[in-house]
Amino acid sequence: MLKPDTLQAADLVARHVRPGRPLLSILHAIQDEAGYLPTGVITPLALALNLSRAEVHGFITYYPHFRTTPPAAVVIQLCRAEACQSMGSEALAQHIEQRTGCRFTEHGGSPAHTAPAERTGHTELTGHAAAPLEQPKTGVELESVYCLGLCALSPALTINQRLHAKVTPQQFDAWLACAQDSAQHSAQQPGSRAAAKMPQSAQTGATGEHI
Amino acid sequence: MKRVFVPRDSAALAMGADEVAAAIAAEAGRRGVAVEIIRNGSRGLLWLEPLLEIETPEGRVGYGNVTLEQVASLFDAKLFDADCLETGGAHPACVGLVEQIPYLKNQQRLTFARIGITDPLSTADYLAHGGLQGLRQALAMSAQDACQTLIDSGLRGRGGAAFPAGVKWRTVLGAAAQQKYVVCNADEGDSGTFSDRLAMESDPFMLIEGIIIAGISTGASEGWIYVRSEYPHAVATLEHALILARAAGWLGQNILGSGKTFELYVAMGAGSYVCGEETALLESLEGRRGIVRAKPPIPALSGLFGQPTVINNVVTLATVPIIFARGAEFYRGFGMGRSRGTLPFQLAGNIRQGGLVELAFGITLRELVFGYGAGTCNDRPVRAIQVGGPLGTYLPESQWDLPLDYEAYAAVGAVVGHGGIVVHDDHADLAALAQYAMKFCALESCGKCTPCRIGSTRGVEVIQQIRDGDTSAKQVTLLRDLCDTMVNGSLCAMGGMTPYPVLSALNHFPEDFGLTQPAPTATAA
Repeated sequence: MLKPDTLQAADLVARHVRPGRPLLSILHAIQDEAGYLPTGVITPLALALNLSRAEVHGFITYYPHFRTTPPAAVVIQLCRAEACQSMGSEALAQHIEQRTGCRFTEHGGSPAHTAPAERTGHTELTGHAAAPLEQPKTGVELESVYCLGLCALSPALTINQRLHAKVTPQQFDAWLACAQDSAQHSAQQPGSRAAAKMPQSAQTGATGEHI
Repeated sequence: MKRVFVPRDSAALAMGADEVAAAIAAEAGRRGVAVEIIRNGSRGLLWLEPLLEIETPEGRVGYGNVTLEQVASLFDAKLFDADCLETGGAHPACVGLVEQIPYLKNQQRLTFARIGITDPLSTADYLAHGGLQGLRQALAMSAQDACQTLIDSGLRGRGGAAFPAGVKWRTVLGAAAQQKYVVCNADEGDSGTFSDRLAMESDPFMLIEGIIIAGISTGASEGWIYVRSEYPHAVATLEHALILARAAGWLGQNILGSGKTFELYVAMGAGSYVCGEETALLESLEGRRGIVRAKPPIPALSGLFGQPTVINNVVTLATVPIIFARGAEFYRGFGMGRSRGTLPFQLAGNIRQGGLVELAFGITLRELVFGYGAGTCNDRPVRAIQVGGPLGTYLPESQWDLPLDYEAYAAVGAVVGHGGIVVHDDHADLAALAQYAMKFCALESCGKCTPCRIGSTRGVEVIQQIRDGDTSAKQVTLLRDLCDTMVNGSLCAMGGMTPYPVLSALNHFPEDFGLTQPAPTATAA
């Protein structure tokens, strides 16, 4: 018998698979809706696209953008590339870690390079994905990313997909407080979180709805 | 009614442009002033963002780094009043007539001629500023003539490899197949580069027009734009622009009534840097892991789904319309040697006036960084400048007077690449940056070839040992040997060029590695 989460996953897949639509775009659409790629999507995707489960699993785990666990209430992506380094991103990273009590993980790392403690997302493929194990208490997740394209206005970061440039530690603190407030607010209104986490652009159809 | 322009590109948004636009609308409502707010693209004068512009009879007057707190004072100065002809020069945020700002006025904007002037999602604006002239010219030509036009223009791939674009197109045209494709590589992952993003967000129709011309010139009927996932605003802008272009008859079954067909779609990448390598990108688009393919066969003969495929970078394709509109000779007239036309240089990192500077090839780093860029933000001396992204070399002061030209840079082992310029001040630790280059390669390697997959990790370790104090000739020789293996043994530029920043740091800044004299056996780079 199918478990409820499997049913929901199959439904997600059915809604986003369309002839000619690339696997990339299907996965983005599912992740944009659900916040992550639930375990149960692999089998129905493999069936729908005539791929093996291993191929779908391999695809999902290759790409850093795809996640197999739900995101924390506040996700911070800090650019760690050269231009931001030249403007003090490493000092800012230290400040952010101290301020949030969390550690940065590699967004740009393929699983093979990820430390075991950071691999929870990939080992949970056989079970229903739970909240991330790393930072459950504060509800903040820190990711290193390599270039947001704001290199003339470094250092740059995103907080729940909102872009911020020329960031100072003081500004970061203010934006973090703001993001935590609105996360708390939307947690009290079930169902609103996915919408709150979308970038402004996603609301105008950024998620591969073209095909 | 006064027309007010507030940019909508990511850089402006990151500096609070949405909030400023909303505050202007609210304040206007409160005061009963009628204001039309247009969300234009960015001018590329990114250090001034958000750069507000107000239309006056003399031209558009700019107000730089506008904050929420300043909005009321702009109204107090009556700048939004319809009958106010005053240019607002007294306001502290005023930067005068935007088109007279030397940074912008002294540029040679060919590809980026429209950015910041127009609303990126207005087809009327696009047509009013020269849009579709190139496509109309191309539709009137044979495919052979169109490919020849591009060859004659001297345009080389702006993604970094600098391969002659027209030669690639002619190869695709000459390949017999039922289905051909155009793929636009918009996986702009290099730190220090943002010209692709600016093109997509500030003038998306220009890119769409260039891709359609590529399609009709090579016999391809379908195109894909592969945009990195870090650029959600670019994806949104392109998708909106595609809807408008289809509705206007620029795309689809009967392009501008010519009977020719071309369809174009957007796909979003998923955070893998190596997918900016063309064959990894094709794999990704086909629904597989972004693993680099061995060449040959070249994508022009066997690309997307094994079919002949034109795959070009955003700026390459975005430059196509002006070449067709103004002619190959016009474009060729800019530049030097075999580097024809202009390159949008991107001033980034520790620089006072960061932004997009489009100029003909031949300018020097010193002119760009100290003339346009006005030096570092913190007034510290510039120590090293990395040109061409994370796979480009660090240039010491002795090389800042070289002309920016593909061949002149290659002669010293450097690369112009995508035109990204990242400035580091005298606090920079070049050994740490060299180690970072290896670490980045280890993180992003697709893993297919051994020199890149293993060499990058060994590189991190060897540099760590040198930084920890083992500066013996043995370690330095080991690092050089490793770099040699990576340069000559890697399948693509990821592993093959990671040694460029590493060796340039070692050769030009040996003191950062704890070496008391120039590192032994300096080779190129």
